[in-house]
Amino acid sequence: MSVQQLNDLVLDTDVLVIGGGPAGTWAALTAAGNGAKVVLVDKGYCGSSGATAPSGTGVWYVKPEEKLREEAKGSRYTLGGHLAESRWMDQVLDRTYENMNKLAAWGYPFPLDDSGTPYKRGLQGPEYMKLMRKLVHKAGVKILDHSPAVELLADEHGVGGATGVRLQAGGTWTVRAGAVIIATGGCAFLSKALGTNVLTGDGYLFAAEAGAELSGMEFSNAYAISPTFSSVTKTAYYRYASFYYEDGTVVEGAGSTRGRSVIARNLLQGRQVYARLDQAPEDIHRLLRVGQTNFFLPFDRLGINPFTDKFPVTLRLEGTVRGTGGIHVIDESCATIVPGLYAAGDAATREFICGGFTGGGSHNAAWAMSSGSFAGGGAANYVKKLGERNETRKLRGLSSTTLTHRKTGTPEALTASRTQERIQAVRDEVAPYDRNLFRTDEGLSQSLDRLDDLWKDIRGSVSTRDAEGVKARETAAMTATARWMYRSAQARTETRGMHKREDYPKMDAAQRYRLVAGGLDDIRVRKVEVAEPIAALKEGAH
Amino acid sequence: MIELLSQEKCISCNQCVNVCPTNVFEKVEDGIPVIARQSDCQTCFMCELYCPVDALYVAPDSETPLPVSEEELESSGLLGGYREKVGWGPGRTPVSKHEYMYQLAVKTSL
Repeated sequence: MSVQQLNDLVLDTDVLVIGGGPAGTWAALTAAGNGAKVVLVDKGYCGSSGATAPSGTGVWYVKPEEKLREEAKGSRYTLGGHLAESRWMDQVLDRTYENMNKLAAWGYPFPLDDSGTPYKRGLQGPEYMKLMRKLVHKAGVKILDHSPAVELLADEHGVGGATGVRLQAGGTWTVRAGAVIIATGGCAFLSKALGTNVLTGDGYLFAAEAGAELSGMEFSNAYAISPTFSSVTKTAYYRYASFYYEDGTVVEGAGSTRGRSVIARNLLQGRQVYARLDQAPEDIHRLLRVGQTNFFLPFDRLGINPFTDKFPVTLRLEGTVRGTGGIHVIDESCATIVPGLYAAGDAATREFICGGFTGGGSHNAAWAMSSGSFAGGGAANYVKKLGERNETRKLRGLSSTTLTHRKTGTPEALTASRTQERIQAVRDEVAPYDRNLFRTDEGLSQSLDRLDDLWKDIRGSVSTRDAEGVKARETAAMTATARWMYRSAQARTETRGMHKREDYPKMDAAQRYRLVAGGLDDIRVRKVEVAEPIAALKEGAH
Repeated sequence: MIELLSQEKCISCNQCVNVCPTNVFEKVEDGIPVIARQSDCQTCFMCELYCPVDALYVAPDSETPLPVSEEELESSGLLGGYREKVGWGPGRTPVSKHEYMYQLAVKTSL
């Protein structure tokens, strides 16, 4: 960081939030509300970036009545392999309820129920994130758009900021901060699932480079149904779908929830599967069209009526975006084991409320807004305790790959094509259904051998602090993510939640624990105890 | 992916340059922006929503470019069609408020 350039921006702040989706904006808002000076950086644009902005989502909004809450807590407990924890679910349900009520007070346009009361069970992404940006701005938070982070900064006391690249303004940015919140989302490995191409696991890598750990990375093989010709991965409406072969016969057992494997096995054998939403009663067609406007967008543009026409479908990798693994947090403030470092939203593990499976967006949305507020509050308090010490810290960059301001001497086109090759190499290991969805020890070992080689190759490379270097860092993050995923998947010799082992098809009661992975070159996986099983919820679960 | 930036309609407000999460557009001094990195487009349709004059069109296919005709898009009402459905723009009501949102929840568990 010795070479200062013309457009280089240096800022001092209390709290730095990396990522401007729902978790990041709630974190920024809450930290600012607690008196902290806040900078928020987004690799794209805070308001349109990430998986939430282009979508509609349900929200786990449950009134604080005991019976309703117990039902809500039990509804996905079994599906998640009994890895959720009651205390966390209570805390998230409380905060989500509070935050959704705040959104109504702040002007989010909710629909009204029969009694004229705002109905708060869902959010439309464009509207929600437009409002969040406005609120964050109003709270005095400095927003840097198109400013991807490339590494964290730290000293012996812990994390103290980050540096990154200004894609549009040119040059670099450096933010010195008392605390950093990682809200960079999950990792969908550039699969183009709706809105996810900015989600390349960057935050996992930054956290691990600082010494933090990742929990539940075996729960990372979510695949969404989508038309073959479209990026729209909204799966809720496929509950109304029948699935067919080309000749019109029904694909037995195929479905949107438990029958996704059947679709995958057919696709693996080269048999195209078609869907048609012919189970949707006609009187709700027009409601469905409004409920998820973007679901119909690709169909309308191609002149297809999905209620009456069959269309080819595929399964698009959503990785940890709809998986549940992420940065291991150690308390209710979403702190990591590294002082000054917090994690929120999809970047953090969601196992506390979902276990090893998330049946859809509502838990994810609830986790984003609640963990964002927890982390924002936690980081602001941490900075208060830090006091003046912040001013004199000698910070250094933590990147595990060499970053340089200068040109490396390698022609840009060559660097770019190398990065593309590496991206393809990672995707070849994580996208195929017979590697990631249906896992075996043999397949995981083979993939890990290749991924370890790729990691070594990346470790030895030099990347520039510019747009091309950002892509190189994203590639490093995806490679590291794939390795934590598969090491964890190898260690869990059972089938639980979304983690499916072909060689261990049953759940093993003795493996009801979390797997926490750490390390970069050598990955360690350790077992962490889960709170007592919730007997009452187990019975009530369906 | 993004296929059209209408030369006729664009007013150079550069909102698309600002809001595109994957930095597909590029500002042009004294001109209208250009689609500079089409292959980076993730087909999220956000640019269409933020374009105040419906000058943009994103084709649904996220993998393969598919050239389009502005005339055809215009006549079939596809230009600005998504923004209209989402209820953004002067005089429109956000779809998030639509009574069907609640009715759908009552009739189904969606």
